Amino acid sequence: MAIIIDENTNVIVQGATGNQGKFHMKQMLAYGTRVVGGTSPGKGGQEVEGVRIYDTVFAAMEEHRVDATCIFIPAPFARDAAFEAIEAGVKVVVVITEHIPVHDEMDIINFARKKGAMVIGPNTFGIVSSGKCKMGIPPNQFFIPGPVGVVARSGTLTYEIVGNLTANGMGQSTVVGLGGDRAVGLSFIDVLEKFEKDPETKAVVMVGEIGGNQEEEAAAFIKKMSKPVIGYIAGKSAPPGKRMGHAGAIIERGKGTFEGKVKALKEAGASVATLTFEVPALIKERLAL
Amino acid sequence: MKLFEFMGKELFAKYGITTPRGKMVISPEEAAAVAVEIGGEVVVKSQILSGKRGKGGGIAFASTPGQAKEAAAKILGSTVQGLKVESVLVEEKIRIDRELYLAITVDGSAKKPVLIASASGGMDIEEVPEDKIVKHHIDTFIGLQPYAAREIFRQMGLDQGIAKEFYKLLPTLYKVFREKDCELVEINPLVISGDRLIAADAKVTIDDEALFRQKDLPHVEERTESEQKAHALGLSYVQLDGNIAVMANGAGITMGTLDIIQHYGGAAANFLDAGGGTGQEGTAKALEILLSRNPRVILINIFGGITRCDDVANALVSVKNDIGIPVPVVIRLVGTNEELGVKILKENGFDAYKMMHEAAARAVELAR
Repeated sequence: MAIIIDENTNVIVQGATGNQGKFHMKQMLAYGTRVVGGTSPGKGGQEVEGVRIYDTVFAAMEEHRVDATCIFIPAPFARDAAFEAIEAGVKVVVVITEHIPVHDEMDIINFARKKGAMVIGPNTFGIVSSGKCKMGIPPNQFFIPGPVGVVARSGTLTYEIVGNLTANGMGQSTVVGLGGDRAVGLSFIDVLEKFEKDPETKAVVMVGEIGGNQEEEAAAFIKKMSKPVIGYIAGKSAPPGKRMGHAGAIIERGKGTFEGKVKALKEAGASVATLTFEVPALIKERLAL
Repeated sequence: MKLFEFMGKELFAKYGITTPRGKMVISPEEAAAVAVEIGGEVVVKSQILSGKRGKGGGIAFASTPGQAKEAAAKILGSTVQGLKVESVLVEEKIRIDRELYLAITVDGSAKKPVLIASASGGMDIEEVPEDKIVKHHIDTFIGLQPYAAREIFRQMGLDQGIAKEFYKLLPTLYKVFREKDCELVEINPLVISGDRLIAADAKVTIDDEALFRQKDLPHVEERTESEQKAHALGLSYVQLDGNIAVMANGAGITMGTLDIIQHYGGAAANFLDAGGGTGQEGTAKALEILLSRNPRVILINIFGGITRCDDVANALVSVKNDIGIPVPVVIRLVGTNEELGVKILKENGFDAYKMMHEAAARAVELAR
């Protein structure tokens, strides 16, 4: 089953002719993603990696059903690109771009809500439904289909954990990158709700970090879940007041601490790993494998 | 980017928000001159990017220009809350009838701006009980409308006398918050002085990601020298206290690496997310910054997806051969072209590891 995207999802890439867009579109195609088109103003009619380029999202949708878009547009113009996709009626908007001003992020999420669209990110590695569809930038080779749902704020930490899972023969249903920024579309709670409903997913791995209160917010839902949740939180050693790479990874005025998140997760019944490689063992334990 | 109080007040004044008459100065003589200009009692306030200035001796009252000069002389150059005071704001002392709290910030959970107000101003907002705080989330598409200001006013239970001023202030503050790409605008205390509302303090934080389109604002540098150098190179870097320099690819994995070092009893000297695709030049520059702080060991953690392991290995070897690396380097290298990368490292005398925790344990051992 998987969540949000699958083998039938029609995807377009906004910013398909830029360096990042082009490279990752090629990787997505190699993975088997149904990339039906790309957009790049003024380059309509061209072909990149065998994919037809359109001037605008509207143009692409005149010829294809478009379910999702993957945005590789630079930060100053990302809001406009997201608005375009949302206005055109694309329901899943994955924003890879980092360094988008937070006011633009709030606007994007606000507009998406009004139009019934889902935003994943910004500043995300994307989303992968193993063996079916990949949107974004994670390397193709680490994923195998299986029963573990993964939802994370960080990219490479996720690859680390997913790599571990795969090495232990535990495949993934869908891996969702929430993004590292302060105001992101989907939060942990939104994705947990979807995993709880997905028949293919039997356990969920949550990769969190300091800053914000997404993990604490998710804890309330975890209490009600039938499926086990295994968490890992990065940033135990981070000093307060410092932004650790991600815009959202900062402990401010006593809020968003590692201790607070771990406590909330444990009280909700989640198992929390201290070190990344402990995750597979905890899954085995919780699924009584 | 945090603005100093005097900058925040200048910004407020530009938008028509009432602030006390005052001026920022950098010498005791200037302080006296401003006191003369203002006439009457003044407050001398240290300009530092920290709260709780009063507790640290960073705020003084003066009844005469002579006293203002003395107070400024004492505060300038002193250390308040761990920060060196390089300027002070000399302001008129205003009559305080009541202190309120007013702020607008980003609510990451609601993904909306949120206005926070309280009739209990002049104290730490975190100490104010929930039922004394009024919160209002703002839809960015319609902004802070007059009806919202009226309802917030009603919930605060304030005297009708300042209603008009209040209704004017709120949308104006929101305008500052939006137009200047703020993460936070905070007025604490917002003072009721007769029939006026005066912003007695101003805390403004600008979203760093929006600085490219806020060129009119003054630039305030809070980063250390190393952090500035790294930023100029497009690297994400935070200076810390320990002796194990760290470099990894990805913010989450870098945080994870720092955590594991701490887990084994070591201390990281820094956070450095070199991102993917750092070629030889980039690696050399990153190492330069790490070495500039004289660590005992360097720990590199690369989980290569797009980044190729042999590229990383070759970059490291080139740097070693060209400029030399005077401290032990422990490197964990996994991912694309792993076998080749590890081979290159081992052939050139580097400790190459597959497991993150083993590399971290080794680094901690070497740093003792």
